[in-house]
Amino acid sequence: MMKHRNSIAFWAGVAIFLVAVLSMTQIVRNEYPFFAGYVILQFIALAVAWSILGGYAGYVNFGTNAFFGVGVYTAVALFKATGAPLVVQIAAAAVIGMLLGFGVGLLTLRMRGIFFSIATIALAIIIETFVMNWRFVGGAAGIQLQRPPVTAPFDSYVKMLFFVQAILVVIAVGIARYIQNSRMGRGLQALRDDELAAECTGVPTLKLKLVACMISGALMSAVGAPAAMYLQYADPSSAFNLTYSVSALAMSLIGGTAHWIGPVLGAILLGSTQQFLAVTISSEINVLVLGIMLVLFVVGAPKGIIGLLRPRYRLRAGGKP
Amino acid sequence: MFSMDLLLGAVVLGVLLGCFYAAVSVGLSVSFGLLDVPHVAHPAFLVLAAYGVYQLNESYDIDPLLAGLAITPLFFVFGLLAYRVYYETFERRGSDAGVRGIAFFFGIAFIIEVLIILQFGVDQRSVSATYIGKSWRFGEFRIPIRQLVAFAVALALTVLLAVYLSKTFMGRAIRAVAQDEEALRLMGANPVRIKQFAFGIATAVLGIAGALLIIVAPIEPTLDRAYIGRTFCVVVMAGLGSISGTLIAAIILGVAETIVLTMFGASWAPAISFAMLLAVLAVRPQGLLGR
Repeated sequence: MMKHRNSIAFWAGVAIFLVAVLSMTQIVRNEYPFFAGYVILQFIALAVAWSILGGYAGYVNFGTNAFFGVGVYTAVALFKATGAPLVVQIAAAAVIGMLLGFGVGLLTLRMRGIFFSIATIALAIIIETFVMNWRFVGGAAGIQLQRPPVTAPFDSYVKMLFFVQAILVVIAVGIARYIQNSRMGRGLQALRDDELAAECTGVPTLKLKLVACMISGALMSAVGAPAAMYLQYADPSSAFNLTYSVSALAMSLIGGTAHWIGPVLGAILLGSTQQFLAVTISSEINVLVLGIMLVLFVVGAPKGIIGLLRPRYRLRAGGKP
Repeated sequence: MFSMDLLLGAVVLGVLLGCFYAAVSVGLSVSFGLLDVPHVAHPAFLVLAAYGVYQLNESYDIDPLLAGLAITPLFFVFGLLAYRVYYETFERRGSDAGVRGIAFFFGIAFIIEVLIILQFGVDQRSVSATYIGKSWRFGEFRIPIRQLVAFAVALALTVLLAVYLSKTFMGRAIRAVAQDEEALRLMGANPVRIKQFAFGIATAVLGIAGALLIIVAPIEPTLDRAYIGRTFCVVVMAGLGSISGTLIAAIILGVAETIVLTMFGASWAPAISFAMLLAVLAVRPQGLLGR
């Protein structure tokens, strides 16, 4: 009963969020808030996607940039070859990301902690090198893209991308929330705490990790797909930038990975701080703040922001019979 | 286009390069291979050392190798502190140390990278010394003297560390702590202090290795990313903690990189070490001379 009521509240919240985003695109004239907001939404979706494998299962993926970049370049290649619309680009990116997640999972998920992390960095660099040598999408020099005309009800392409990214956030959060409350989520948490014990008690650890890696990968690539149209430009070193990896990881760990709200909080907090710093000071300071916050939280608040808030949660839960 | 001479030249240069890779990786072989610390920031420490050498060379005109030697004690202390922080926050508390330990070092690496950018900018930096810029000619091909210097120093450094770990009392203690920490504790030794010392040594070595890094080629702040692949490739391929394995694996990597560079061009070079690392992890995770 309680769970049912929770669900209603959640989906009502989602509906209000989407309506708010849509009406914002209709009312606000200035394009800048959408430019900045797009990036924050993108990081929310990335952080939530990261936490499906990194948080629930405890496998630290350094390869967010690989999946993101693959999403960008799937969109670029498809757009250049066929002129496919944005929705098709995103769907294709999700499929490719899922396949990549499957491959990565098969190759690396038998590895212990740090080896998995290093292997994911390795994959990112290898894929980036291939894209650099791929003439069709511009190679190392990058490629310019011309945005197609925007469709109603939006009056600018950036506003439409903002709305699309908001939908991706909702999908990512919806999936993360579903996994967290399902058998799969409990299985992932069990294998994070003790993989051997989980395996012995009948949790299909490899299968669960593989599915988590595929879902996480599909989401990350889908999030990357609209970035090409957002920037109207793509080049390997920015599409595969390691900053995506450190951001997704930092935002998740800072927010806390025990609940899907953690990465969302972390991404909103850090994403908006970054937008502010990038405008007022410089993008280097911005990465510095990210690094320092990551180290501080990892050392001082292992359970992240939701860990800091939790004592109060518990009191409230205890107060209600 | 392809000839035996070219291949031979590539192999010779590859061996020289490989010994240099061994020197930048031995520290990781101790900290990660023996002590099991997920030290992703090792290459960032390396680049930091190289910038230290650059600064000394630039402002006091000190020879880069001497400058490297000069910052070695500083890096030793730095290593002691870094391990202390890691131990107090992660190893001692035990649970969940894996995820957070990795994230911790990843964050440290990023902080170092940005601090270097803020201090020195993103331009490439190089040092000046009498042996930089000249080269030896053997008929068709040339060997830059900077490569030879780096090769000699790197080989000496690696052999020295291997001898230290196998012959001296402290070196054996470090290997013992890697094998069985509990046994050491029962014998009345303090494993944490030995590990801290070992981490200090592993970091101190980076002083010299950083000097070699900037002697071999100009450096830039994000160079550590490429060296994540190279150092971890060497250490994993070697078999964790094996110093002689480190030398062999580093030479294999050096030769492979040089051959790919001559045959396919520079744009494929960054992927070699990572591809070899993946292959080793997938096929033979215990390494060539694994325990």
